[in-house]
Amino acid sequence: MKRRITLKINGKVYSHEVEPRMLLIHYLREVVGFTGPHIGCETSICGACTVALDEKIVKSCTMLAVQADGREVLTIEGLASNGTLHPVQEAFWNEHALQCGFCTPGMIMASKQLLERNPRPTDEQIRHALEGNLCRCTGYQHIVNAVRTAASRMGA
Amino acid sequence: MATTVTKAETLVGRRLRRKEDPRLITGTATYVDDIQMPGMHYAAILRSPHAAARIRSLNVQPALDHPGVAAVFTGADVAGVGPVPCGASLPGLRVPAHSVLARDRVYFVGHPVAVVVATDRYVAADALDLIEVEYQPLPAVANPEKALEPGAPAVHPEWPDNLAFTYHQEGGEPDRAFAEADVVVRQRIISQRLIPTAMETRGVVADYRGAEKSLTIYSSTQIPHLMRSLVAQMLGLAENRLRVITPEVGGGFGSKLNVYAEEALMGFVAMKIGKPVKWIESRRENFQCTIHGRGHVDYYEIAARKDGAVLGLRLKLIQDLGAYHQLLTPAIPTLSVLMMPGLYKFRNVSADILGVFTNCVPTDAYRGAGRPEATHGVERMMDLLAAELRMDPAELRLLNFIGADEFPYATATGLSYDSGNYAEPLKKALDLVDYHRLREQQQQAKASGRLVGIGISTYGEICAFGPSPATPAGGWESATVKIEPSGAVTVMTGASPHGQGEETTFAQIAADELGVPIEDVIVVHGDTAIVQYGIGTFGSRGTAVGGPAVYYALQDLKAKILKFGELLLESSDVTFSGGVCTCNRTGKTVTLAQIAAASYRAMKLPPNTEPGLVATHFWEPPNFAFPFGAHIVVSEVDPETGQVEIKRYVAVDDCGKIINPLLVDGQVHGGVVQGLGQALFEQAVYDQDGQLVTGELMDYAVPKATMVPWIESDHTTTPSPVNPLGVKGVGEAGTIGCSPAVVNSVVDALGHLGVRHLDMPLTPEKLWKLIQAGGQA
Repeated sequence: MKRRITLKINGKVYSHEVEPRMLLIHYLREVVGFTGPHIGCETSICGACTVALDEKIVKSCTMLAVQADGREVLTIEGLASNGTLHPVQEAFWNEHALQCGFCTPGMIMASKQLLERNPRPTDEQIRHALEGNLCRCTGYQHIVNAVRTAASRMGA
Repeated sequence: MATTVTKAETLVGRRLRRKEDPRLITGTATYVDDIQMPGMHYAAILRSPHAAARIRSLNVQPALDHPGVAAVFTGADVAGVGPVPCGASLPGLRVPAHSVLARDRVYFVGHPVAVVVATDRYVAADALDLIEVEYQPLPAVANPEKALEPGAPAVHPEWPDNLAFTYHQEGGEPDRAFAEADVVVRQRIISQRLIPTAMETRGVVADYRGAEKSLTIYSSTQIPHLMRSLVAQMLGLAENRLRVITPEVGGGFGSKLNVYAEEALMGFVAMKIGKPVKWIESRRENFQCTIHGRGHVDYYEIAARKDGAVLGLRLKLIQDLGAYHQLLTPAIPTLSVLMMPGLYKFRNVSADILGVFTNCVPTDAYRGAGRPEATHGVERMMDLLAAELRMDPAELRLLNFIGADEFPYATATGLSYDSGNYAEPLKKALDLVDYHRLREQQQQAKASGRLVGIGISTYGEICAFGPSPATPAGGWESATVKIEPSGAVTVMTGASPHGQGEETTFAQIAADELGVPIEDVIVVHGDTAIVQYGIGTFGSRGTAVGGPAVYYALQDLKAKILKFGELLLESSDVTFSGGVCTCNRTGKTVTLAQIAAASYRAMKLPPNTEPGLVATHFWEPPNFAFPFGAHIVVSEVDPETGQVEIKRYVAVDDCGKIINPLLVDGQVHGGVVQGLGQALFEQAVYDQDGQLVTGELMDYAVPKATMVPWIESDHTTTPSPVNPLGVKGVGEAGTIGCSPAVVNSVVDALGHLGVRHLDMPLTPEKLWKLIQAGGQA
């Protein structure tokens, strides 16, 4: 039995009939077409699927679409406004905080939430906040640099 | 932090942020799973739960009857599809028949048995569960040394000794060197199986247009052109009827330097059902079915004089191959043999490889591919020798390095090292850590009961693969540079970067050579219908082999630009510089855009000159390039928990000339952390029945941000004489240099307990038990 869900994604309202078992990540990617969040493990370890649900990040690979009914989702596609990159996006670019880019959407969402909660994180706090997001390319060092510089930009 | 550059400055050598990033940081890049097509179907693959079994019966009817299922195919259906290719050849190599789906027997956990095709990925997964298979489990062997024991289960019944090949190489007079040595040190050293774990798993979309008899395969691969040639063969297609497109690739590290069953299988399915089909590997499948790396058991012997001069090195290398040969499986350990002398003057070496079948997924190239194993071996042996002779490990290395005046240097394994100054990075690293003071501090710390260690590794790397005679399928790389009528520049490279950043570095080279802004240059790759031909990105070759191809294509173009400049300026005394041709007598100029327009308009042509501004160059490297460096690690082991803390990590790498230091830093950091993963955390574990115990990210410890140290990265610069850019390659350096430095540091920390060697990964459990037992393993 399909169920109708209605939710806001990146500021716009969407409404679809979905199977109750459909994962939120599949709904976002395949039904609505937001392919920014990625599927890296389907076990909520890697964090490539990270999106914000009511302003709190979740792993959308281990959540059902019906659980997001009536709520508000922000994906990487919704981060830049009017063509202006979010300071975290800009910092990732400047600091070479990505290589293959597959983990990047999730990594940026997690970094953004950290800075909203803690505008002046230490390196240790940055690393701790990104523990739920795996990157196999960068060794994390440039990501730490990016979050640190984004923090000073956002604080300025 | 990236810098901004004004047009007059040269771009090569600058820390430029990447051209490829805007699409990646906004979530608008297209990876293979982002592709959707009208009528697209989804494939799911049934895989063996047994490491070895006979398939007694297989009933797919219940799956076929499931609503939404379009087709199910088994081994019998794909009998016409050619075998999964092995590109490596060795004398006497035994190559098992490797069908894209199992026939009557399975050889490893994850072996593909059947494929279900349905309208929806959920339906395909449902139907998979409806297939009825009756397996008769057989004895399996997952450990290469056990596989060599008499009476071990035969992985392939036709070869009861489980030996795929043996390989011997020697140089100099090793027997005499060992007979004359004052000291001989022996050690068994394991380089464990690792799972490459690119963050994007593999995936394939296949789209067949029956009326045109043309197949397009989108695959997350490092080698689109080689894949096209090989998959066309497997499917019996003419090469020009197959187009391979590499969309954005979410990491490879060697695991996508391959042609897998699924690429041909999806092509087969698309041709059968007449609809596009998508298969995306799950993480579990990725761990079970995509190649693993390493898998060595090495027996080393080093011979030396009592003054520390090394005389000889012997190696017996047992390579766990897995059940089949993937593209380069048997070739990987031969790279270890080539690099076994490291940076030292070993004139007498001898190596024997035993390539062993096991009931496991095949091993193949994983970042470093054979060189991390070699470096780990020789660098552990140098430390063991230093301990035996009570010499300082840095001094022992400096004593035995090939001299800076000895290049090109012919090694005992038949290589010609291109250029180097091996003492320089080590001395720089020693200065950076203030080595003598550090040793004093270590003594004080140890006196107060703390377990602090200092580990050194120096490495040499064979990369920039490579001269064609030494590389299966050719070792050249190609580039086409096209200046459009407007003056905009398009570079088409046969390299297939997937995170390394050549869209930026090749644009830097082109912008400098042509004197145009980098914004005017676009770099295109990864589409066999657009790019002339190519070999791909692996073995630290993208910049070192692909870069010179771009450079030489640009030289051809510049010669042509000059001819048109002479024509338009009506002068034979013309220079091309900064994007304009200038007549040196009159000072008159024409811009590149004007020249480009004139070259296509072709109202007048210079003598013996074709219209247009397009040049293609296939560059054959005359030799490999050999980067090198020194890594120093300071670590401390917590005696209460066995946890290793890396207090300092200093990497001094020499990768020749650097095109973009920001990107080189990224390569070093990423490489080092993969090395740390091997040294401290990661291990692919099969139990005795051949079950993969580390089957998910839950059980396989990929380093997280909290698990890795700050890396202090520095460089020395010794240009390579092999190519006109002077570059060497840096993609694998970090991984190669890292693991022995870490292990040497921990052995040093525990040396007073009598510990002389430790095998990776150095887990807290392993070290805690060792400390509890007073150093006795």
